[in-house]
Amino acid sequence: MLSGKQGKAVQKSMEILTALGEIFGADKFVPVNSVQIAGVSYHNLGDAGLEFLEDMARNGKVRVKTMLNPAGMDLENWKVLGIPEDFADKQMKVINVFRKLGVNITCTCTPYLVGYNPKKGEHIAWSESSAVCFSNSVLGARTNREGGPSALASAITGRTPFYGLHLDANRAPKITVDVQAKVMGEDWFGALALAIGKQTKEKIPFIRGVRKASLEELKSFSASFPTYSGAAMFHMEGITPEKVSVPSEKVVVTRKDVEDAIRFLNDDCQVDFVSLGCPHCSLQEMERIASLLKGKKVQKETWITTSREVKKLAVSKGLSKIIEASGAKIVADTCLAVAPLKGRFKAIATNSAKGCYYGRGSNGFKTRFMSLEECIKEAVRRC
Amino acid sequence: MKGRKISKGKASGIALVSEKTISFYGGVDPNTGIVVERGHDLEGKSVTGKIFVFPKGGGSTVGSYTLLRLKKNGKAPLAIVNRECETIVAVGAIISDIPCVDKVDISRIKNGSKVRVDGDSGTVEI
Repeated sequence: MLSGKQGKAVQKSMEILTALGEIFGADKFVPVNSVQIAGVSYHNLGDAGLEFLEDMARNGKVRVKTMLNPAGMDLENWKVLGIPEDFADKQMKVINVFRKLGVNITCTCTPYLVGYNPKKGEHIAWSESSAVCFSNSVLGARTNREGGPSALASAITGRTPFYGLHLDANRAPKITVDVQAKVMGEDWFGALALAIGKQTKEKIPFIRGVRKASLEELKSFSASFPTYSGAAMFHMEGITPEKVSVPSEKVVVTRKDVEDAIRFLNDDCQVDFVSLGCPHCSLQEMERIASLLKGKKVQKETWITTSREVKKLAVSKGLSKIIEASGAKIVADTCLAVAPLKGRFKAIATNSAKGCYYGRGSNGFKTRFMSLEECIKEAVRRC
Repeated sequence: MKGRKISKGKASGIALVSEKTISFYGGVDPNTGIVVERGHDLEGKSVTGKIFVFPKGGGSTVGSYTLLRLKKNGKAPLAIVNRECETIVAVGAIISDIPCVDKVDISRIKNGSKVRVDGDSGTVEI
């Protein structure tokens, strides 16, 4: 592969993976069963990134099941969302190159909700930080946090260097977190992850004291945790699947810590944009949103971001009709972290702690952080 | 100095040395090659055509594509020398064909000195 006999794309891919293996002291490669590629939004790739992908597609093809992180826009409905035409044109070029490479055009941060369900112990090469955290922690699959080119290289060669979170030793928790707070709802789980991450930093935590957690709550936690800590995974007693020994270093997270986190995520502002679906909404969330919006009209720009697959299900169950009748937009393939939204809104309401980070950082928004139910109330409230 | 080869190719030129981590995404303008990170010790300086010497990379993984954009815009550094290379810079250098060597004592390289980088053998000559 490295000699170039299998073509330039394979050679470049092996150069990337070999260098990473050497940097991180890997002694071998392991096969991966699925790949998720980040660096899909034209906003981040630019023309140079697009050209690189075109070069790779000239003689390269993916060898394993491969999908994409969210793109910079809804690939079908971009006009309604106010995406500029020249951006849309470039974005579609990027998507077509991925298609040529044999990539499944599923643009989502929740592959595990749309048929990519790696098993415990399975090696994968995923990119998006919440998907990486969810698959490592909740599913027990094994992946490092890949960048766009390294994930593509794994897709083209079917392998990844054996280092980091692929090894047992590096997955062991280094710090115990005693949660002394009753936490419920996606927003509170996001805030809890922030409160924990602030204390545990780059150490993988073993978290105790959380009695139960729904899939949606774990999805939210997995998005917030790597955003506000330096670690790519966590263990949660009674909830995550890996058996671990309890680290002796201990910290406590109290109700006050979680409330402080919530306060940190709330600015003093007038909301002009309501955004739900970071990470992408599950069908259960679409059901809740539809039942809350039934017969109502939104008074502010409201985006419900989800994967195209979940959107299809929502359409077939009649949920889309209810949501769209309210004036809210169901937005597939993209999200507020990667769409070109800067300057279009001043302040967002969201139930996502991660969404607040990117809303503030990439888009310069002020943020209001509240539950899904409160977000809908805010959306329909007249100012 | 014998280091570790990260990305192949050879280059010689004038060293631009930083003591700080470089986050290419958001930290270096891909169209001009100028360091735009606020408060960085190289803020306002251009990396274009230099032997760019810094301890390690950081920030978003999209930074690999920033290096590539610099290269395609003709604004890339000639070569990169790191104390400890990480994923973003390694991948960025490889896809952009920028020679890169790490694991050398970068404190011995002074700003403005003439440096030769050999990414095939992993050596840096001052």
